[in-house]
Amino acid sequence: MSLDAWISEPVNWVFLVIGLGVLFAAFRVVTAQNVVHAALYLVGALAGTAGLFLILSAEFVAWVLVLVYIGAVIVLFLFGIMITRAPTGLDEGLSADRKLWPALLSLALFVAMAWGSIEAFGTDPVTTTGSATATELLGESLLGRFVVPFEIVSFVLLAALIGGITIARRDLTPVEEEERASV
Amino acid sequence: MIVNQFLVLAAALFAIGIYGLLIRRNIVLILLSVELMLNAVNINLIAFESMLDTPEAIGQVFAVFVITVAAAEVGIGLAIVLMIFRNRQSANVDDLNLMRW
Repeated sequence: MSLDAWISEPVNWVFLVIGLGVLFAAFRVVTAQNVVHAALYLVGALAGTAGLFLILSAEFVAWVLVLVYIGAVIVLFLFGIMITRAPTGLDEGLSADRKLWPALLSLALFVAMAWGSIEAFGTDPVTTTGSATATELLGESLLGRFVVPFEIVSFVLLAALIGGITIARRDLTPVEEEERASV
Repeated sequence: MIVNQFLVLAAALFAIGIYGLLIRRNIVLILLSVELMLNAVNINLIAFESMLDTPEAIGQVFAVFVITVAAAEVGIGLAIVLMIFRNRQSANVDDLNLMRW
């Protein structure tokens, strides 16, 4: 497929706009000098990703991403930032000073992965029917063929919940225990 | 649409996540970078699902699994960060030298 044919499809324009936005937001997540800004840029990156899922007609996953990530995980991150009293103003100490080798390493990784996928898939098209994948199909798949992994994952989530509470809760000091016993 | 445009974008997101993972000092920001990488994996899963057009929407099912595990990971990770902060009054990986030989 030539570049002209690619650029003449309107959906590719949408992809370019969203993709560049996602890349910019992701870059700001790792370079922002303000912790809260980094978390809010992650919201932008995730919202763009949800848009890409909509382009690929994966409607249910897109809204799961919005609900679970933007609705819950980011809020959790903001709580974590506020509780650990990470500096909310500008701070030069958020990133390490030596950035050259990490930059080279990640660039090499990107080139390797991009080259590999271009070599392997060339111009293979994505087949979209234009209508969203039926959520009914996804539900039947989750509770049919994938019911065992589904139950295991729900158990993992429960274990993580209990583990998180156990790790994060504070043991009472002996003085406090005495006070509680006397009441 | 070709599948490669999504794969290259996901590769770029993953590389940015690796970069953040390596340069950040604050543990919360390292967790944010990990989220970026998991997100790149999700884009790959959905793109391949769209390319192969599987009858049972397998790629989307696995994307849902990845999202679930990521949520569990964030819960545990932030609990650990909270405990470290309570014990050492810092959320900076450079200060965590307790188990360094």
